[in-house]
Amino acid sequence: MVEDLVIETKGLRKTFVSKEKGKKKEVEAVKGIDLAVTRGEIFGFLGPNGAGKSTTQKMLSTLLCPTGGEAKVLRYDLAEQQEQIRQNVGCVSQAGGADLASTGLENLVLQAQLYGLDVLTAKKRATEFVERFQMGSFIERSASSYSGGQKRRLDVALGMIHHPQLLLLDEPTTGLDPQSRAYLWEEIRKLKAQGVTIFLSTQYMDEADKLCDRIAIIDNGKVIVSGTPAELKSNVGGDMIDFAFASEEIAHDAETLLTNKIDVEEIQAKGNSLHLRTKNGGNMMPELLRSLDAKNLEVQTIMFSRPSLDDVFLKYTGRSLREDERK
Amino acid sequence: MSKMLHDTRLMFVRNMQHTLRSPIFIFASMFQPLLYLFLFMPLLNHLGGVPGLPAGKTVDVFIPGLLVMQALFGTAFVGFSLIDDIRTGVIERFLVTPVKRPAILLGRVLRDTVILLFQCILITLVAMPFGLSVNAGGLLLSLLLYALIGVTMASVSYGFALIYKIEDPLAPTLNTITLPVSLLSGIILPLVLAPIWLQDLGKVNPFYYAVTAARAMFAGNFQDIAILEGFIIISALAILVFEWGLRSLKKMAA
Repeated sequence: MVEDLVIETKGLRKTFVSKEKGKKKEVEAVKGIDLAVTRGEIFGFLGPNGAGKSTTQKMLSTLLCPTGGEAKVLRYDLAEQQEQIRQNVGCVSQAGGADLASTGLENLVLQAQLYGLDVLTAKKRATEFVERFQMGSFIERSASSYSGGQKRRLDVALGMIHHPQLLLLDEPTTGLDPQSRAYLWEEIRKLKAQGVTIFLSTQYMDEADKLCDRIAIIDNGKVIVSGTPAELKSNVGGDMIDFAFASEEIAHDAETLLTNKIDVEEIQAKGNSLHLRTKNGGNMMPELLRSLDAKNLEVQTIMFSRPSLDDVFLKYTGRSLREDERK
Repeated sequence: MSKMLHDTRLMFVRNMQHTLRSPIFIFASMFQPLLYLFLFMPLLNHLGGVPGLPAGKTVDVFIPGLLVMQALFGTAFVGFSLIDDIRTGVIERFLVTPVKRPAILLGRVLRDTVILLFQCILITLVAMPFGLSVNAGGLLLSLLLYALIGVTMASVSYGFALIYKIEDPLAPTLNTITLPVSLLSGIILPLVLAPIWLQDLGKVNPFYYAVTAARAMFAGNFQDIAILEGFIIISALAILVFEWGLRSLKKMAA
């Protein structure tokens, strides 16, 4: 089966040149990215701030000219067929781009007209989106009065108004309250069900994990690893189990006892706790407990966790994505 | 071509709607020329008779220059509205649609030009009771010249707005351009009164030719070569500067 690729890039690069005190300074924002996004999937582009997510998206939406590499969007050549790409791709930037001095409805109608719809069809299309995104209660007010969630809904509707086959979303849920976020996730899933391919950049691991079919993790202008969230997490290694004991000696004895168990990939006692990593931790747990019990090594608490995308990020970059988030 | 017209019309309507939502600013940007009209022009009455200011006709000489001032200063600061649109991501949103790139600028520039012509007509009407006598055909023709100046200054303003993308450096830049350009065009007093070096300096200023042409049109001296000169120079300048503004817009996506 030949895969139907909606986005295909090879060595896509972007270098910005800025002048500082007469000296030219080059900043490599994107250092050669290969992507293959298949029709109908939600593809997540996960990385910390400044990793090159927005720059890549701006190249894919024809806003920025790549410095090097090749890219095809909807099989159109990015360098040659920008008109066709613009007509068939929807794009929602981080800023959103709604005109705040106009009403939401005016925004929608103009946007539809910009894609070539006549005024009557444009108005009809706008009304469709008002109903679909439940914007009736506020759409005739000036967009400057909208809440964060309302404005985001309008932004996404603006990006969708021409029924694109591919939707590029740049950090769509950044700064949204949990309720608006859940609502947007639901809308994105509905779009997928209608056959729209979604390319979504995010700095949130849970968003990439729960919403996306496949993800590429980007750091410092490069894709460091890509795959389905499950694949990536299983590559990191097994589940983590932390036992706490009453004393250091018990923890030490437990370490000696469990070290040679098959499937234990990593084991380390630290203070009165014992940290171990194992494949299939859920199945292993009863056996581990029985062994400890048999030697009268009394466990006080147990913590069990599956590897997260943060562990993936940590494995490949040596940094935690959470630390970057906090900065 | 029809797509260009279609897109330009959409952009024009959108921008005009914004302007008409707060019409007070249409009048606010006429404040400076009106102050000159009420508080400065009366001073000229007694100067009548000096070279370039025929006695009893000072109003007829002053008003065409005043309208050039309106064209220069009234449109010079339109770039601020564009910065707002850049910051909120509106321009980027337009740029990812198939809209024709020149239409994004043209729609704005045309809006500014229409507002300018309205202001010029209003100022002319206000000047009538002060004894302005103007050739009707000359007035109509001069409106075309003011429109071209408006296109030029609006494009300058948008061009810098697209380069800076923030407000702070925009006002000083525009002031640095408009003030010398208006002083060196003989708007307030004819440059004939100036020492030779100042006159020579004026001759490299395109708007000097615009003021001379406007005065000839108001007087109805249609055989005066200065009119043709003024139109050629300002048309060329308008096209050149609009192209430059367009390049700045396209560079935003580079």
